[in-house]
Amino acid sequence: MSGLSLKYEVPGDDFTRAGEASSDVKRKLKKLGYDPDAIRRVAIAMYEGEINMVIHAGGGQAFVTIEPERVDIVLEDHGPGIADVEKAMQAGYSTAPDQVRSLGFGAGMGLPNMKKYTDEMTIDTEVGKGTTLKMTVLVNHKS
Amino acid sequence: MKISDVAAILQADVLVEGNMDTEVKTACGSDMMSDVLAFVKDQSVLLTGLMNPQVVRTAEMMDMHCIIFVRGKEADPMVLQLAEQKDITVLQTRYRMFTACGMLYEAGLRGGCEKE
Repeated sequence: MSGLSLKYEVPGDDFTRAGEASSDVKRKLKKLGYDPDAIRRVAIAMYEGEINMVIHAGGGQAFVTIEPERVDIVLEDHGPGIADVEKAMQAGYSTAPDQVRSLGFGAGMGLPNMKKYTDEMTIDTEVGKGTTLKMTVLVNHKS
Repeated sequence: MKISDVAAILQADVLVEGNMDTEVKTACGSDMMSDVLAFVKDQSVLLTGLMNPQVVRTAEMMDMHCIIFVRGKEADPMVLQLAEQKDITVLQTRYRMFTACGMLYEAGLRGGCEKE
């Protein structure tokens, strides 16, 4: 099976729609018969990333490649960038405004969650330019 | 217990009826969705006072079967519509978070994250 490549626009101005891309990926993986645990890890990691793009970066693009043994997720935005990646990776550290907290996010768990649920994660970020986040989940494909 | 049992224990209104016979063993109570996403493994029920579509999205990502809105809060039709699409049961109880969690714990539901 060759890889299935998907591309999504993540709108930056509509919090209510955040998560639609992750939801679609989840549905596709389910249809393809991937392991439920792997599907959940992909869904959570990508969903947190989507939420981050909406909260911090005014939206962006998500590129997902589905292969039998792995799912690669690339989240690209042209937001403010992350000034201190090390700090951002700490559980509980957040720069999200209070308004975001009232929406149920901004607990400082986004990036730590993504790291926890993925097998590989790299952050390429530049202040003022944007952030590209790459994540890989290795899956046990049920043939 | 079944979701129908959960509804009976909390004297809850059923806002979206999914499969009420689904067996649930674990639950999580939180208004912070990132905390739900961080600490929940194989949870089936989400109790929350948060009322936006991201509650349904979070439940969806976690494969949860039932959302319970505590304190008798009114849910937006859009939230209910999304839950219906995702086949997630939505209940509404007048009990507050602590009490609702306590009632379900007493009846046998557990947190599921740690050894309890």
